Amino acid sequence: MELSGGEIIIRTLQDEGVEYVFGYPGGAVLHIYDAIFRQQAVQHILVRHEQGATHMADGYARATGKPGVVLVTSGPGATNAITGIATAHLDSIPLVVITGQVTSKYIGTDAFQEVDAIGCTRPCVKHNFMVKSIDEIATVMRKAFYVATTGRPGPVVVDIPKDFTAPHIKIPYEYPEQVNMRSYVPVSGGHSGQVRKAVELLAQAKRPVIYSGGGVLMSGADSELRQITRELGYPITSTLMGLGAYPSSDDQFIGMLGMHGTYEANMSMHNCDVLLAVGARFDDRVTGEIAHFCPNAKIIHIDIDPTSISKNISVDVPIVGDVKKVLLRMIELLAEDSRRANPAEISAWWDQIKQWQAKKSLAYEASDTVIKPQFVVEKLWEVTNGDAYVTSDVGQHQMWAAQYYGFNKPRRWINSGGLGTMGFGLPAALGVKFAYPDEDVVCITGEASIQMCLQELSTAKQYALPVKVINLNNRYLGMVRQWQEFAYEGRYSHSYVDALPDFLKLAESYGHVGMKIESPADVEGALREAFAMKDRLVFMDFITDDTENVYPMIEAGKGHQEMRMHPKAGELA
Amino acid sequence: MSKENRHIIAVLMENESGALSRVAGLFSMRGYNIESLTVAPTNDPTLSRATVVTRGDDRTIEQITKQLNKLVDIVRLVDLTEAAHVEREMMLIKVRATGNQREEIKRLTDIFRSKIIDVTESTYIVELTGDSHKLDAFMSSVGDDHILEVVRSGVTGIARGERGLKV
Repeated sequence: MELSGGEIIIRTLQDEGVEYVFGYPGGAVLHIYDAIFRQQAVQHILVRHEQGATHMADGYARATGKPGVVLVTSGPGATNAITGIATAHLDSIPLVVITGQVTSKYIGTDAFQEVDAIGCTRPCVKHNFMVKSIDEIATVMRKAFYVATTGRPGPVVVDIPKDFTAPHIKIPYEYPEQVNMRSYVPVSGGHSGQVRKAVELLAQAKRPVIYSGGGVLMSGADSELRQITRELGYPITSTLMGLGAYPSSDDQFIGMLGMHGTYEANMSMHNCDVLLAVGARFDDRVTGEIAHFCPNAKIIHIDIDPTSISKNISVDVPIVGDVKKVLLRMIELLAEDSRRANPAEISAWWDQIKQWQAKKSLAYEASDTVIKPQFVVEKLWEVTNGDAYVTSDVGQHQMWAAQYYGFNKPRRWINSGGLGTMGFGLPAALGVKFAYPDEDVVCITGEASIQMCLQELSTAKQYALPVKVINLNNRYLGMVRQWQEFAYEGRYSHSYVDALPDFLKLAESYGHVGMKIESPADVEGALREAFAMKDRLVFMDFITDDTENVYPMIEAGKGHQEMRMHPKAGELA
Repeated sequence: MSKENRHIIAVLMENESGALSRVAGLFSMRGYNIESLTVAPTNDPTLSRATVVTRGDDRTIEQITKQLNKLVDIVRLVDLTEAAHVEREMMLIKVRATGNQREEIKRLTDIFRSKIIDVTESTYIVELTGDSHKLDAFMSSVGDDHILEVVRSGVTGIARGERGLKV
């Protein structure tokens, strides 16, 4: 079978089992778009902005575990995609992003819509490939999917000059069965001696904590994590990225840790003697001031990426390997060896943790007159039975979603944790909805974030994607305002969002349903009404308390033991 | 803070356009120190070998080697400074050679076991190979006043004995 370069690209996507390509056409990819037109197997989704395409593919990938695929043109198509590529890179999300390039003989001449896409994306991809001839396309595409999805996943960019996709040049097509890359050999199982050492250390613990992260989800190791946590009976905390890997409603779960984590999670970290870090990378939002981090703990760290180990925090038992395989091995070792930590000591540790829990660090001040954002998230949990796919943008609403929507299942919480990309939530929700059309998909956002990729409301209309948008509208860049209140004596420099649109009318103009909710008494009813509209996108504009802050909080330069609590913490508890 | 030491890291990578910029980009984006970087194809034309001279404490060097290893184009690497090795750098230096200075430079060239490879009425070009200290020593012996132009290759190195860097 002889195919043109453009046809080969689409054919490789079919051979990879790709369902959706999120993209936007332009000059350099016209041949590829013509090949898309002449087939049915891969569905192309026309977005409104290339950033939206990358976030949609990203949301799809986070919810399914499958790679997300993006197709954009050269120049501005590629540069618009970069924010989404970097977002996926920081959170280790597998994407294959195909960027058109100007015809090969014009490369380097500052041709129309020419940009060095390989150079521009190099610092924010796992890898990128420049296709140098039509013969290379199939192999490069095969490698791109392989690199994106194996080891620590990440985005891979494939840049293809227009002339290699031309319809009149055809070559025999064969999709390589195997990838042969001597320079890329992802690790799998951990070092057996180290795994044994870890199990022995865990058995000697007096005040242990399990700290789990997004790597558990990437590895599909949530059931192994539950198994080992229950076997050991130790408290478990999670990073923002790991929420849902271990059920939030379980008694052993002590909440999220870090900057806006619970008091009990952070105090447990500070006072623990053995820390088991699973697929987490000791990010600065998690550790607080490094000098104060887990001062008395022996640290075990399981991660597939050797560079994550001892990057920010020196560890005692490093284990490089796939989380699932390493946990399975640990579970086997625990079954072989009945030695366990002293139950009296573990029970005393739990008593201590319960005292910290009694502080009720997530308690907030209820109100009959003004809508509290936390209340909206709690009601959302009730209305969706805690079972929705929830995406978020970035800021206060993101933290409230993480704190108050108790995730019990993996891959249901979808947010930009590493890069912190405002504008992520709506397109990510659309990507999830493509994957799971029958599930409730919610975007929790704010009036500032939503405006950064608002145009995708149009994509939602075109493809009839009935997601629900929960706009926690406090008229401020809330997290910026909060920092300005705490650290800049209330000088609210450019954090007030003036001249907001009427979101209700805006939603309607895009062909969706708009709702404006201003009273706490209306919150639940409105949510029930919105979720009853199964086939409509409903944009819910909640006018919330504009002075509410996210508590508790570890401020800059502070350690886990120095949290700032709600000013009325004593009364609320 | 542990002590910062000089390390020579030898890197075998795919001989692809872009591989070198990945290495250079890694050092700049992560704020690692880079003293010199040389690269050229090997006896296997599909492989290039780079030599990076960097400086850092043990933890930084560990991160540098791990981050380099993580780059998809890099096949293998070794920190030469961990064991016995040979390092060499080549320098071409153009010096002012007039009057008494002609004889003086000639004598220095012999002492340093280097070669004069170009002669004009007023200048010499000297070719000098050795470790970086030797090249520094030659320059200070000639003196800034007499140096017209200097070009150094950057350090290359190889492990002694059976130890080595091969695919």
